Amino acid sequence: MTVPADVLVVGASAGGLAVAEALRRQGHRGGLTVLGAEPHPPYDRPPLSKQVLRGAWERERAHLRSAEQLGALEAEFILGDAAVRLDVAAREVLTASGRTLRADAVVLATGVTPCRLPGQDGLAGVHVLRTLDDALALREHLLAGPRLVVVGEGVLGAEVAASARGMGLDVTLAGLGPAVLADQLGDRIGGALTRLHAERGVGLRLGAAVRELTGSGGRVTGVRLATGELLPADAVVVAVGARPATGWLAGSGLRVDDGVVCDARCRAAPGVYAVGDVASWHHEGLGRRLRLENRTNAVEQAQVVAAGILGGDRPYVPVPYFWTDQYDVKIQAYGLPSAAAEVEVAEGDPEDGRFVALYREGGAVTGVLGWNMAKAARLRRPLVAGTMTLAAAPAVNVSTRA
Amino acid sequence: MNITVDADKCCGAGQCVLLAPDVFDQNEDDGIVVLLDATPPEALRAAVREAAEVCPAAAITVEERP
Repeated sequence: MTVPADVLVVGASAGGLAVAEALRRQGHRGGLTVLGAEPHPPYDRPPLSKQVLRGAWERERAHLRSAEQLGALEAEFILGDAAVRLDVAAREVLTASGRTLRADAVVLATGVTPCRLPGQDGLAGVHVLRTLDDALALREHLLAGPRLVVVGEGVLGAEVAASARGMGLDVTLAGLGPAVLADQLGDRIGGALTRLHAERGVGLRLGAAVRELTGSGGRVTGVRLATGELLPADAVVVAVGARPATGWLAGSGLRVDDGVVCDARCRAAPGVYAVGDVASWHHEGLGRRLRLENRTNAVEQAQVVAAGILGGDRPYVPVPYFWTDQYDVKIQAYGLPSAAAEVEVAEGDPEDGRFVALYREGGAVTGVLGWNMAKAARLRRPLVAGTMTLAAAPAVNVSTRA
Repeated sequence: MNITVDADKCCGAGQCVLLAPDVFDQNEDDGIVVLLDATPPEALRAAVREAAEVCPAAAITVEERP
């Protein structure tokens, strides 16, 4: 194949930056443009719900690279201008300000957009948390009033609740699931996390649907649950998941189905690739399509996409990984731990607040989780890596090799 | 090459250890990076550069020096 002269990366967050850096490191000497909807240089999102929200970091500390490092990339960064249309055949992107950008290869790295609750818009004091500006606005608000209600018991909601407790706020966490992170990590670990939040003084309303946000004079006053209970609030954080930011691809002809549908090499069309939260690609190890919303996926996928643009031909077969920090607990999770798996403690002891747990489905290890035991968890990563990559080699009959 | 790490930024993902185990290690409990070799030999430098790029906390800085 022909190596493209010019590459356009749509999205200037972790995934977009990583594609640009990997292209240069892997030898791309041609044109390189990075288009970002936000006005900020590339910054890191995981600290937004923790260090930035708590005020432990100044905002600049969340920047992923210094101005010098960005300059050394010799890429043109166009920031504060969103992509609004893609012409796949011409590999041409139209932006909100009216620019037309054309390239030989286009990388879609537009991430996700937070879901909102009905009635949320136009009600002051109700926040989502996705961007740096979101985090700073929420922090301002938390400093102004003592009662926070977090809607959503996933990673983001739990981290916001923990950070707000650390700031001394009165926090209630309401969510549909039976336990904190039960959807992601199952009842056993979810139960331990629920106890952790209860011990730290978070009011918990789990298995609870939200009926409505209540307000007065355009400001939020509380969250009404389906049970009728009213949780009074000075501020509300809505952390009920996110959707791939693919609205701008409508009419492009690209297949969009919970993300940009890609092949095993993260290609959506000839010369068009997707990376990060927005990409739904075929994981050859699992034999199915997968979309991951986690930080390490964005940069790992970027390595494969950059190589592919430069003529490489390797599938993207990662071992998924995410971490979450809540209070003094650091959780690391490899593979795909799920609520359906059997969970077994392999090392350490939950009573001591440090352990490694294995997730098994059908006898195979599908996930490894460390609870304040990061290194030991990483050392068991090969257990799940074996499961996810052996399936990629159909010529080998795994069951007869033992 | 001279490597510095920011333990305060590090999130304990261990990506650097997977890429360059002779240069990086982790603390047992919190998984925070431990720098084993701040001036690694040529053969390890490509892996170190990749580790710095993929670090999910941007906690690794590589200064290229002749």
